[in-house]
Amino acid sequence: MNTIVNTQDLKAYYITKAYGVERTVKAVDNVTIAIEEGEVYGLAGESGCGKSTLLKVMLGEFQPPLTVVGGSVTYNFDGQEKNAASLTEEDRQEIRWSKVSYIPQGSMHVLNPVRRIQDTFHDFIVTHKPMSKRETFDMTRNYLRELGLPEKVMRSYPHQLSGGMRQRVTIALATILWPKLIFADEPTTALDVVVQRGVIQLLKEIQQKKNSTIVLITHDLGVHANLADHIGVLYAGKLVEEAPTRTILTKPRHPYTQFLIKSLPTFDERSEREGIPGRPPALDHPPSGCRFHTRCPLLLEKCKTLEPEMFTVGPEHRVACHLITEVGHA
Amino acid sequence: MPEHLLEANNVTKIFDIRQGFVTKHFHAVDQASFTLEKDKPEIFTIAGESGSGKSTFAKMILGMDSPSSGKLQYQGRDVSSLNKAKKRNWFYKQVQPVFQDPFAAFSPLKRIDSYLHETFHNYKMAPASEADSYINSVLNQVGLSIAEIKGRYPNELSGGQAQRVAIARALITKPSLIVADEPVSMLDASLRMSIVNMFRKLKQDNGVSIIYITHDLATAYYSADRIAVMLRGWIVEIGPVEHVLGNPKHPYTQNLKASIPQADPDKTWETKISLADMEIAEFSRTGCKFAARCPAVMEKCKSEAPKDYNVEGRNVKCFLYE
Repeated sequence: MNTIVNTQDLKAYYITKAYGVERTVKAVDNVTIAIEEGEVYGLAGESGCGKSTLLKVMLGEFQPPLTVVGGSVTYNFDGQEKNAASLTEEDRQEIRWSKVSYIPQGSMHVLNPVRRIQDTFHDFIVTHKPMSKRETFDMTRNYLRELGLPEKVMRSYPHQLSGGMRQRVTIALATILWPKLIFADEPTTALDVVVQRGVIQLLKEIQQKKNSTIVLITHDLGVHANLADHIGVLYAGKLVEEAPTRTILTKPRHPYTQFLIKSLPTFDERSEREGIPGRPPALDHPPSGCRFHTRCPLLLEKCKTLEPEMFTVGPEHRVACHLITEVGHA
Repeated sequence: MPEHLLEANNVTKIFDIRQGFVTKHFHAVDQASFTLEKDKPEIFTIAGESGSGKSTFAKMILGMDSPSSGKLQYQGRDVSSLNKAKKRNWFYKQVQPVFQDPFAAFSPLKRIDSYLHETFHNYKMAPASEADSYINSVLNQVGLSIAEIKGRYPNELSGGQAQRVAIARALITKPSLIVADEPVSMLDASLRMSIVNMFRKLKQDNGVSIIYITHDLATAYYSADRIAVMLRGWIVEIGPVEHVLGNPKHPYTQNLKASIPQADPDKTWETKISLADMEIAEFSRTGCKFAARCPAVMEKCKSEAPKDYNVEGRNVKCFLYE
């Protein structure tokens, strides 16, 4: 298997300076992830844990105040390596949409409200491939048919479509040039369960058809269970656990991951369930040592001062927690 | 005659859509009925996909919109016929809303505690000198304190905190009914649980009834006592939540339940589903509104609207149980 994108000790901070006061928000701190070609990699965590920042950096689409302070993000397309943090304008033109693509959360704001869907598709395609309008319309029609979306959406304006349909059209738009690497940022969060299932179904289909790679961000572990092959759990800008989906869901090792999974209501029982006590720390002054120690019920003395390293506990299973090395379990 | 807390009797809301010279009637809520009892506080969930009429229903319960036909009575009085003064002094003191997006509910230019003070003074809940301690006690019920939010603007709070303040504001008047329209859909999973747990606590400790409108069936199952599942304006299944969600009877409820993603690698989806193409077409369909998507559709479903049938402790609107 080839690694299609990897981050090495990536540090991305928001650095702002106002009236001589410098403020640094460590949104992504020392994250090392390797994503294999053809897999769905899920990133999970609470709001404000750095999921979206990590995605921005991996997309190479960021501006100050967000700055890459250390580490690297490397794409690998057929043996050609490229650093995502320092793309030139030409590289970007070449890579964007045809190799790397992005599905945003709010599909309402993505589609041009004064152009028909077919014209939006045309605009996107001709930026990358010189084609006539007739050709792009044919291409769009065939692609929509392939994905099982009704053809009549082509002549509609975005406001005429329901939220779920709009999101599916956005996904079609992001994948029409068959990119190898697709980033999806909370693609189903604003949708209701039935529509969400339809959208996930569509993503899965696209991924399987062309064996593309998807990096999926969502806080909903249920969505990850249905789509992702591997899951990485982020907490306060750090990767705390990474494993194949089944392992994460059935045998989580980090106390935070255990909390995340335990807090989910299920249909098997209606017993009392607690949310995670406390709240995520502010990232301009993250806690010393392990960043979870302020909320951790199994806290050791050294957690307060010493930052835990990533430790391999099983096949493809990495955890950053002192309990694993000290006590042997968590 | 024993009074109900809230009684919805064949409530219908029709919107007209004009297209050129043709006017189409659009039943956003169609003959919906349910009752909440006075001395039995409960969490009543209204669930359904987007565009099923949930929010229109909520607006009518809150008296912000009046039904086209049918009756909506709060403690024996018709909500839509209350005059302005009565509505302000009596109805809104007892029935309070919580909305979906707390950052849209609070003005970004006003300090968030001013809303709490305003509500307190509008309803003269206690002598003005006790305002701070009164508000603090209400905030304690939602796990906050006045020191945490005093003088702060909404953007300084996290989504979960802001939603708690919204709920605290609703609690100031000591209401007997709270109508919460999608209160957790903007929050992530662990925060959802803390809000839903709070609803359970409010019901038990304060005796507040809560109408909890959501599309998140997992939290509904966890917190609610009874549930009404809505589809294109109809209540298709209504009854105790253990029955309706534990063992759904209507094909639509079954579909809804099966679509909840579960964080369990052994419970992933195997089958595919079909989504509704056009909402308007489904609303104005004759016969059952689920007929186009139903896996168990019969000839009769396409022409005739089903009635409510009582099956195993709940009402189901489906010919399968005729």
